[in-house]
Amino acid sequence: MAGRPSVSRNTGPVVGVLALQGDFREHLAVLSSLGADARPVRRPAELSEIGGLVIPGGESTVMDKLSRAFGLAEPLKDAIRSGLPVYGTCAGLIMIADTVLDAISGQQSLGGLDISVRRNAFGSQLDSFETDLDIPVLGAPPVHAVFIRAPIVEAAGPDVRVLSSLPDGRVVAVEQGSLLGTSFHPEMTGDTRFHEYFLDRVRAAQ
Amino acid sequence: MTDSTTPGSDTTSLGSSRVKRGLAEMLKGGVIMDVVTAAQARIAEDAGAVAVMALERVPADIRSQGGVARMSDPDLIESIIAEVSIPVMAKARIGHFVEAQILQSLKVDYIDESEVLSPADYVNHIDKWPFSVPFVCGATNLGEALRRINEGAAMIRSKGEAGTGDVSEATKHIRTITSEIRALTAKTHDELYVAAKELQAPYDLVVEIARTGKLPVVLFTAGGVATPADAAMMMQLGADGVFVGSGVFKSGNPEARAAAIVKATTFFDDPSVIADASRGLGEAMVGINVSDQPAPHRLAERGW
Repeated sequence: MAGRPSVSRNTGPVVGVLALQGDFREHLAVLSSLGADARPVRRPAELSEIGGLVIPGGESTVMDKLSRAFGLAEPLKDAIRSGLPVYGTCAGLIMIADTVLDAISGQQSLGGLDISVRRNAFGSQLDSFETDLDIPVLGAPPVHAVFIRAPIVEAAGPDVRVLSSLPDGRVVAVEQGSLLGTSFHPEMTGDTRFHEYFLDRVRAAQ
Repeated sequence: MTDSTTPGSDTTSLGSSRVKRGLAEMLKGGVIMDVVTAAQARIAEDAGAVAVMALERVPADIRSQGGVARMSDPDLIESIIAEVSIPVMAKARIGHFVEAQILQSLKVDYIDESEVLSPADYVNHIDKWPFSVPFVCGATNLGEALRRINEGAAMIRSKGEAGTGDVSEATKHIRTITSEIRALTAKTHDELYVAAKELQAPYDLVVEIARTGKLPVVLFTAGGVATPADAAMMMQLGADGVFVGSGVFKSGNPEARAAAIVKATTFFDDPSVIADASRGLGEAMVGINVSDQPAPHRLAERGW
């Protein structure tokens, strides 16, 4: 029997991972390995216990639908407005963007990040790729970044700090206040620096 | 590739194993639905499908109509790609590498080298490594899964018996695969040589499974899933996600059934959610019992 992913209870900050769909187990594993008390979140009640939230890679249309169907969307929006640190990767970045381009009819996001993000911005799976990215805030060496049918940030408001861009200038990592988002998937590569950066922000917010 | 959309760095790579296997990772916890028209694809996306499988006939119709089943018309596949924003998969016949080349040129997101279509080669499967597009392949047991992975499959689905609405074969295959994985993890190192021989699988992959306790690629289940409860059972048995073929669009209310199966897949361990999702869905596909199917008509036996 599979059951819920088994996660050891660490003594670090309690961090939720939105577990409606996608690669949430990979995020739980990385966060646990860094000492966080990482927990899957599928219900509104589970939000009250967490000091930070990761929204994983997956399909944003599915996460949107399920988060609304099970009453998570509104409490999540409230939590974001009241300063909960949130880190979104790929679909998670779409979920915390104020504006989603190439959304399906009726698709909503939680919002919070003052950006316009375009879904599937590179094309089909054939255009998915991996590459090394310089991310000054994480220092050397470059981060090996995996882009899978990835979104990009097409426009960002004045309060948004760009953390990284591709060589052609397209923006793929941003932060604003307590929100952090990347087009790519640090949970897939074994490089934990982005998660450590996020955990520092979670600790600082407590 | 020198596509203008790709960043121009020396370290950039397209179509790598990580990228191919990675898309399947993003589909986990989701439902992939068979669709035969753009209108069905729209219904599937709106209901919360994580991807669609574009084909001309669902397995139930392939089964009842008979004849040779082949890759779908490129016009149909392109109309479905144009309709939805979620990943689009399409099927090639087992061993038919030219159908696979065509599907890659159409820019499908995943190719299913599928026993649901008539095999094109009764000896060899497609060599999947040279392709940039990822492949999913069916398996009835661990040895078959590892042979497919050795050929380059980036995702495995247990086969079940497609087009029946009878979940019993799906249950058998996912149980077989997960049970054989558990058995490997209990073996001593010197026992793995003969385990590899018995599984007819590459030794290196067998050692890797024994060490990690899981496949190196995502494992979905397929073939006979028709209700929210079926989907949730597959998840409880260890599947990473579910393919629903004929079960949605051969039922009385496809929109409601599709959405219900999506909910049951996410809350697979919560009987009260699955109960709610199971209410008022209208008629399920009528289905046929696998045990009534004579062996030559069983699709799961295609593939070797």
